Amino acid sequence: MDHFPTNWGRPRNDAFDAYATHPIHQRPYNGPKDTFADGVQHTQQPIVTGTSVLAIKYKDGIMMAADNLASYGSLARFKDVQRLHPVGQYTVIGAGGDMSDFQYIQHILEELSISEISAQDGHELGPVEIHEYMSQVMYARRSKMDPLWNSLIIGGFKDGKRFLSYVDLLGTTYSASTLATGYGSYIAQPLLRKAVEGYEDTLTEEQGRKILEDSMRVLFYRDARSLNKYQIATITGAGVSISDSLHLETTWSFAEGIRGYGAQTQ
Amino acid sequence: MTSIGTGYDLSASTYSPDGRIFQVEYANKAVENSGTAIGLRVKDGVVLAVEKLIHSKLLVPGANRRIQTVDRHVGLATAGLLADGRSISNRAREEGANIRSTFREQATVKAISQRLGMYAQMYTLYSSVRPFGISTIIGGVDKNGPGLYIVEPSGVCLGYHGAAVGKGRQLAKTELEKLKLSEMTTREAVMEAARIIYLVHDDNKEKEFELEMSWVGSETNDTHLPVPDDLLKEAEAKAKEALETFE
Repeated sequence: MDHFPTNWGRPRNDAFDAYATHPIHQRPYNGPKDTFADGVQHTQQPIVTGTSVLAIKYKDGIMMAADNLASYGSLARFKDVQRLHPVGQYTVIGAGGDMSDFQYIQHILEELSISEISAQDGHELGPVEIHEYMSQVMYARRSKMDPLWNSLIIGGFKDGKRFLSYVDLLGTTYSASTLATGYGSYIAQPLLRKAVEGYEDTLTEEQGRKILEDSMRVLFYRDARSLNKYQIATITGAGVSISDSLHLETTWSFAEGIRGYGAQTQ
Repeated sequence: MTSIGTGYDLSASTYSPDGRIFQVEYANKAVENSGTAIGLRVKDGVVLAVEKLIHSKLLVPGANRRIQTVDRHVGLATAGLLADGRSISNRAREEGANIRSTFREQATVKAISQRLGMYAQMYTLYSSVRPFGISTIIGGVDKNGPGLYIVEPSGVCLGYHGAAVGKGRQLAKTELEKLKLSEMTTREAVMEAARIIYLVHDDNKEKEFELEMSWVGSETNDTHLPVPDDLLKEAEAKAKEALETFE
């Protein structure tokens, strides 16, 4: 203990004193270690993963869907995970990929939101800002060779404008009127494009829900890391609304007729 | 001021022979010279109110806020040196963020207040620093319900039902004692808080003032927000009315 107040310890927060307002003496360095220092572990692969997120533009705003599964490899490990996360009053962020990295993203967005609230300057973060922020975070992490192993879809509605955009672990971003991550980008994206493109301003909420439900059902049939329990989020002028878990109706009677696998005796 | 000239008031790290630390007492003087700040802990939330003295007509209305937001659910009002208030609210935000990072849950009002108390106390120990010239009222709603605390320049941190610091604290305290705080709603408390601030303001001696009010509780979905303009106007009108019929 000494008589330099700045040495008395402070909560670790790299955002604090960004402008070095205490130039009097050297403070203990609590920042990140050197990228190549010993003992620094980098994410080499995702562990507990979520699969596809789907999103479309429709008449009133943005609609997103994601199932409730977090897989541990091929094991369906957690079946009640929410992968659609509201940020502020205008934005929803949906995540595929590593779920612990997603929880970390939720945490940094919460910190960001609180620092914006406490500024009390009358400005609020909208989907555009949150997407830009996340794209910078994702690119910075990939540049440290330690990516946040996610693909994110960020959708929102603010000041009468819809916003829908994507960012992934490489920091790649793009926008479209339909977006899908993971397996969904192969299986569901063509279906969404066919149903939505050109109809963004006429699709009703009911039609939008139908499109997403049908796509989620196809994904459940085709994607071995998916679940028949999912949620739908809508972001409109009225704000963010995330549904309770919904159940997909499926039929499996055709399976009776399948031959050629397992121990059937013809 | 018998202490002046004795040499025991030159540093916060020296006691006087009768066991006092004069620098801390001087810091309290800085608080006493400031416009009143009050806090009401009621059944469904907390209301903070400040009598912000306007030292220049050239200032933009609403400038130099003395109520700050610390976390979603916590706010803080200060009486004393304005810049010290800014500094302590920054520290409070750091503490809130730190608690959130380590425990992954919302910080309680008590936890933030106690950490601020420890922080203020450290500034009473060394000759190289000066104690904070502010008393801080911290109010918010957490998992334990509404909470209201005061941190003084000495570092003392205590919980209250009703809190008052600054110039008009004595009168404000007697007014607060008359209220049934634990049966009151935040909406009612806003009216009372405005009335008390208008009551303790000394028209003859003081310059003009602005009433600054915030609330947190069931009315705001447990987020700390400024009291909406229309309600503030209503409370001010009622306060002025009550002032005329007082005594």
